[in-house]
Amino acid sequence: MALNRRDFLKMSAAGVGSALCVNNAQAVQREPKKLPPEAVGMLYDSTLCIGCKACMSACKEANGMPPEQTGEADVMWDTPIELSGKTLNVIKVYRDEVDPAATDVVLEKDHAQNGYAFMKRHCLHCVDPSCVSACPVSAMTKDPLTGIVEHHADRCIGCRYCVYGCPFGVPKYEYNDAFGQIQKCQFCAHLQAKGQLPACCDVCPTGATLFGKVEDLKQEAAQRMARQPGEKYVFPRGILGGDRPPHEATIPKYHQNLYGDNELGGTQILYMAGMPLDKLGLPTNVPDYGYPTMSEGIQHMLYKWMLAPAVLLTGLAYVVHRNTQKSHDAEDESGEGGES
Amino acid sequence: MATKISESDTHLDGYVNGLGGITRRDFMKFCAAITATMGLPASVSWQIAEAATNPQRPPVIWLSAQECTGCTESLLRSTHPTIDQLILDAISLDYHETLCAGAGHQAEDYKHQSMEQNKGKYILIVDGSIPVKDGGIYCKVAGKTILDHLLEAAEGAAAIIAIGSCAAWGGVPSSGPNPTGATAVHKILKDKTVVNIPGCPPNPYNFLATVLHFLTFGRLPELDAKNRPKFAYNRLIHENCERRAHFDAGRFAIRFGDEGHRKGWCLYKLGCKGPETYANCPAVLFGDVGPASWPVGTGHPCFGCTEEGVGFTKGIHELSDLKTVTPPITYPGISENIGQGATIGSVALAAGIAGVAVGAGAVVASRLGKSSDDGGEEEQQD
Amino acid sequence: MSEYAPLGGKIITKPFIFFGVLFTIALAFLAARFIFGLGAVTNLSDGYPWGMWIVIDVMIGTAFGCAGYAVALLVYVLNKGQYHPLVRSAVLAGLFGYMLGGMAVMIDLGRYWQFYTLMWPGFINANSVMLEVAWCVMAYIGVLFVEFAPTVLERFGLKNVQQKLSKVLFLVIAVGILLPTMHQSSLGTMAVVAGNQISPLWQTMLLPPLFLISALLMGYAIVPFESLLASLGLSRPLETDLLGKLTKVMLVVTGLYLLLRFGDLIWRGALGLAFVGDLDSYMFWFENLLFVIPILLLAKPANRNSPRLIFLSAVSLLLAGSVYRINTYLVGYHPVAGGTWHYFPSVGEIMVTVGIFSLEVMLYLIVVKTLPVFHQAEAK
Repeated sequence: MALNRRDFLKMSAAGVGSALCVNNAQAVQREPKKLPPEAVGMLYDSTLCIGCKACMSACKEANGMPPEQTGEADVMWDTPIELSGKTLNVIKVYRDEVDPAATDVVLEKDHAQNGYAFMKRHCLHCVDPSCVSACPVSAMTKDPLTGIVEHHADRCIGCRYCVYGCPFGVPKYEYNDAFGQIQKCQFCAHLQAKGQLPACCDVCPTGATLFGKVEDLKQEAAQRMARQPGEKYVFPRGILGGDRPPHEATIPKYHQNLYGDNELGGTQILYMAGMPLDKLGLPTNVPDYGYPTMSEGIQHMLYKWMLAPAVLLTGLAYVVHRNTQKSHDAEDESGEGGES
Repeated sequence: MATKISESDTHLDGYVNGLGGITRRDFMKFCAAITATMGLPASVSWQIAEAATNPQRPPVIWLSAQECTGCTESLLRSTHPTIDQLILDAISLDYHETLCAGAGHQAEDYKHQSMEQNKGKYILIVDGSIPVKDGGIYCKVAGKTILDHLLEAAEGAAAIIAIGSCAAWGGVPSSGPNPTGATAVHKILKDKTVVNIPGCPPNPYNFLATVLHFLTFGRLPELDAKNRPKFAYNRLIHENCERRAHFDAGRFAIRFGDEGHRKGWCLYKLGCKGPETYANCPAVLFGDVGPASWPVGTGHPCFGCTEEGVGFTKGIHELSDLKTVTPPITYPGISENIGQGATIGSVALAAGIAGVAVGAGAVVASRLGKSSDDGGEEEQQD
Repeated sequence: MSEYAPLGGKIITKPFIFFGVLFTIALAFLAARFIFGLGAVTNLSDGYPWGMWIVIDVMIGTAFGCAGYAVALLVYVLNKGQYHPLVRSAVLAGLFGYMLGGMAVMIDLGRYWQFYTLMWPGFINANSVMLEVAWCVMAYIGVLFVEFAPTVLERFGLKNVQQKLSKVLFLVIAVGILLPTMHQSSLGTMAVVAGNQISPLWQTMLLPPLFLISALLMGYAIVPFESLLASLGLSRPLETDLLGKLTKVMLVVTGLYLLLRFGDLIWRGALGLAFVGDLDSYMFWFENLLFVIPILLLAKPANRNSPRLIFLSAVSLLLAGSVYRINTYLVGYHPVAGGTWHYFPSVGEIMVTVGIFSLEVMLYLIVVKTLPVFHQAEAK
């Protein structure tokens, strides 16, 4: 079946046209995932955080992670500068000095200008996780009830697609270990299974890191944001709705957006702060759907039930058979054997 | 330099007897200690020595308002200088209700005499808060409200020092319902410079060093926005605390007597107000009795006695706010530079390979020629 | 009498030894990689978990291996029998491209000893794009072996087997066209999950067709590239006639690709980013210039007879597809979460890539000298 040039060009034009139409992303997306029924989460309130890093050391202890040194090899401290194969949770500081040379300016906590603020960084346990979608061997799974995103090193092949895909840069690989594995916060699933709190929520002195059901945490966040700055408020500690003595303090001026409510399809770790969260390192110009809706949408469209490939294969087999048959006949006639 | 030293040598020899038997060495040690407390260079101690032994002892009027006498008690326990060295040799304490020998009208008369004779030259020191409610009747001395005493004494004062939190910002009496209308001295004397030495009680050396600085140089030391001497109140307790390492490592005592408490861990969770209190307690301690002789050092959270809005206002076990991000060595920034970019070696290698490829391609292209006729030379190479 | 014959000649030649040395150097780095871990040899970091080995050795390497795919499409679907003599060498190129891409994967995988989980029913995640790519590539390598089998069978005179095989070969060939269509497009889909982390200059829902078409183009370009090089180096006549006709196909498909690429950019309103003046924009124009050069060089029919211009156009196309992949996965990838990341391949990574390439050349030389790969037409 020879195609003449005109037909070929027509086909191509039709192809290009339809391809551009498909470019309308929404048409191809798969359904976004929903929050699991008993989704647990964490509310991190940067205005309450004092940067004591109790959460970092509790995390290291609870998960048996080694200390990490940045810089001189004989530094005694655990001084990670970022999440890594040894650090599942890190506190960072945002600092803005309008005029670094000025000596009489005092930086104000939680102010975006001439201010400073703390930020807690670890897995956000997304509702529609990119890592779970990307992993070819289900080494990343999302618990259907609690929504905790866990990593299973016993299946992982170390391809690092999860590292590549995560929009928050969370999974890290142990590059300096010949038998390294991916490391990321597992929300202390092993402790939660025993009815305990995740280590970071357990030790936070101010309640900046608060554990609870995601829906309840969202309500708590809304309550805090609805109050006027300066009002006294009772901030719970440890677990929302628990019986630990709370921490009474004043409401700060919150940035009126709870990060994780909608971003990238929603996350189970929620963030609130005195400034927009992109200053604290979270991506804010992101859509309201998770990226897996796009990549899986393409895959489903092309490969659902392997229907399209089967059809294509049948067509190809037919065409190739016909074409090779022709040359078979030709060779048989001239007494030559062998094909290809 | 050598000449100067020998001058001072002979100069001070004459003071041996004038210092009441104190040896020159001990006296110089005292001046050096005061200099160090104020963070001044060592060479200044000579000037302090000279000022302290000035036969013309400056007069000091000490007014006590709504006070507990704790500031005076604190002063009594100083050792460098001792209180007797101070009031007998350095200053002329013309009026102090607790310490002066006289009493009643005699003391009051002497005060007025001193104030008139030394008008414009005496140092006024006030401890205790000034009640202003109901006309100030809640504190009266010699039939007059302390408020009036203060206004009168402030007129001819060369310098005014408010010692103790009560005088500096109101202190204990000003907390809660404040039934007496207890007010800070500087709020009464609005048009005058009042040096505040807050604390409950303040470390006596903060006060002594300030006074000696004034006597030596004729001016007050550098003050912050709340008129507190910067050498003592410029930094948070949190910035100098010996337990800061524990804070930074997240090790907290949760209850008095628990394992963390016994190990000397940070007291933040017990309500330590160090992160929002400006004072030098961890550096100068109290009572000259050795290390850890301050509240946190003994295992009790700081309650912010120097700080208005914190001391006697916030609950002792209420968590404090954090006023600074002055680091331990490492808080990583939100976005640090990470990862190995191009090194000379790798760029050179990559460039080299690219060069070889381009060269090979050029050679091949030239060998291929412009048409299918030339090209295909017989070479035994790949 | 077969139309194909091994080239014969000495195997251990000076170039062979040269490439052997490069391969040995690579082996030393590989030993370090397996003993001390990836961090000891590469500059991979958590901002750039995929570097030279994945993007160049695997993605570009397998795209180079699309020679077999491209020629099969021409010969067996579009029925252009005149390209039939190219089939065996194209399949060989495909086999090498894919096998070495597979080798690079095994070197790059962090937990390679658990590779079997990719085929374990209890573990596989059917939604993962990478799973589909892995399976298709593994199956395709098998297919390529079968497609190359006639060459081997012929050498060893196993005519019976050869005939039996030729009866089902059509099915194998059909699968061998389906599989690359699936996985080369999915190699593009793999970038979709990275979302905003890849610049809008490259991130699009049209990544699958763009990657597929560029892979096809690279497959087409490999044919004249390899053919002309082999003619020069192995003292064979130039197949300029044949190649000239192939270039027409190349040009049309290139035009199609550019239409789709720029049409997509304009539709999404992303073309403005190409004028910002940063590294992304410079690399973008470099990439697309490489696609345009062949059109300029070979627009005139007379030029299509020039081996030199054909060679240069082929090289330009190969580079264009390669730069496109590097741009999509590395240059255009801007991970901002967690740090300001930097990546440039280390000496170790470069030498291992060079070593793998050297191994390919060495094996290629052995195979073409011992097996009947090349057509004997216009024999000397």
